[in-house]
Amino acid sequence: MCLAVPMRIEISLILTPEAREGDYVLIHTGFAISVLDEQEARETLALFAELEEASRELDRAEGREP
Amino acid sequence: MSQQGFRPQAFRDPAAAQRLIAAAKAAVAEPVAIMEFCGGHTHAIMRFGLRDALAPEVRLLSGPGCPVCVTDDADIDLAIALASLPDVTVATFGDMIRVPGTGGSLADARARGASVEIVYSALDALDLARNQPGANIVMLGIGFETTAPTIAAAVRVAADEGLANFCVLSLHKLTPPAMRAILDGGVVRVDGVLGPGHVTAITGSDAWSFLPERYGVPCAVSGFEPLDILLSVRDLAVALAEERPAVINAYRRSVTGQGNLVARQLMDEVFVLGDARWRGLGVIPASGLDLAPAYAAYDARNRSAIELPPAGAGPHARGCRCGDVLRGVIAPPECPLFGRACTPAKPVGPCMVSAEGACAAYYRYGRSPS
Repeated sequence: MCLAVPMRIEISLILTPEAREGDYVLIHTGFAISVLDEQEARETLALFAELEEASRELDRAEGREP
Repeated sequence: MSQQGFRPQAFRDPAAAQRLIAAAKAAVAEPVAIMEFCGGHTHAIMRFGLRDALAPEVRLLSGPGCPVCVTDDADIDLAIALASLPDVTVATFGDMIRVPGTGGSLADARARGASVEIVYSALDALDLARNQPGANIVMLGIGFETTAPTIAAAVRVAADEGLANFCVLSLHKLTPPAMRAILDGGVVRVDGVLGPGHVTAITGSDAWSFLPERYGVPCAVSGFEPLDILLSVRDLAVALAEERPAVINAYRRSVTGQGNLVARQLMDEVFVLGDARWRGLGVIPASGLDLAPAYAAYDARNRSAIELPPAGAGPHARGCRCGDVLRGVIAPPECPLFGRACTPAKPVGPCMVSAEGACAAYYRYGRSPS
């Protein structure tokens, strides 16, 4: 990948004074508008994993998978 | 934590997507129509082929959630007229510049000598004002609740600094009144609503409680990755099957019930509710944001140095059906101009111009009407 774009990014934290160094934030037109909740992100991903596991079990029970 | 939870890839797993699609389809007894309010969702849905994958059990309809697209011709004409005045520079986000009003776009006006600057952020417009004390910088305030607080922040900074050559033409619009207008209109059947994730990061998911309470329509607030959207669709399908309409927050990593209180407070301080003109939906009472009296000095409409031209009310481009696309009455390929007279290279209507426009999404990612 040879493309590179020189950028200077300045993000205003006016709308998210609670943001701390290392936080993930949603950025909209140069402003952080929301600090991402890591715990919630993990829980949503866990939900997808559970869904996978449940459907695999169903497949096994119905003999669709060895 | 590991960065897993924020990598888009973590929310794009094809196997999980298939499971969610199957679950959504299995949940509904008869076909349901779900409106994705937000143009960002329309793009993700088309890009990842979710619309076709969910049909026919779940039909996804595009809604009015593209701020540039719902900006009325007359307001674009007004912005162009402002940019054409001596000593006035109009600062705008880039997606607005090619949108045609009745007499061309801001880009056309700039080619004729009007002063138009593209900014990435409202703060850049403040820099223009600081660096060009002889010019009146008019920031076009175009956007929903996601953008309005950023413009409000710029107005507050200007007021704090006493920056006298900065003002805002507020054309901001609010999303719940538009959703209400579509449901009250009754032209389109909407069984469930995919709530706009970034708008709702500001407003909070409670802002959508009128949907289940007043209309019996469930709303799932959704992120923008494929699994976010599919999780929301599945949750809506289940809520419909169980006849338990509710607001479901399926984007909890970014959205809370109350939203961003700092942003909401800033909006309340700088703006007051006003009527707004929407392309396709007409004037909706209390669906826009005007500058509050305390910030009247930063309202382009009040600047004595800027003589505001009367708003034109010219005809919409002949044959353009953006208005119907924005209400979900037709899908973009049903417009006679789509892909023929109207393409991204030569757009007739705003829905083909904007990165968030439904026509642009359909053109780019798939042109089948079904």
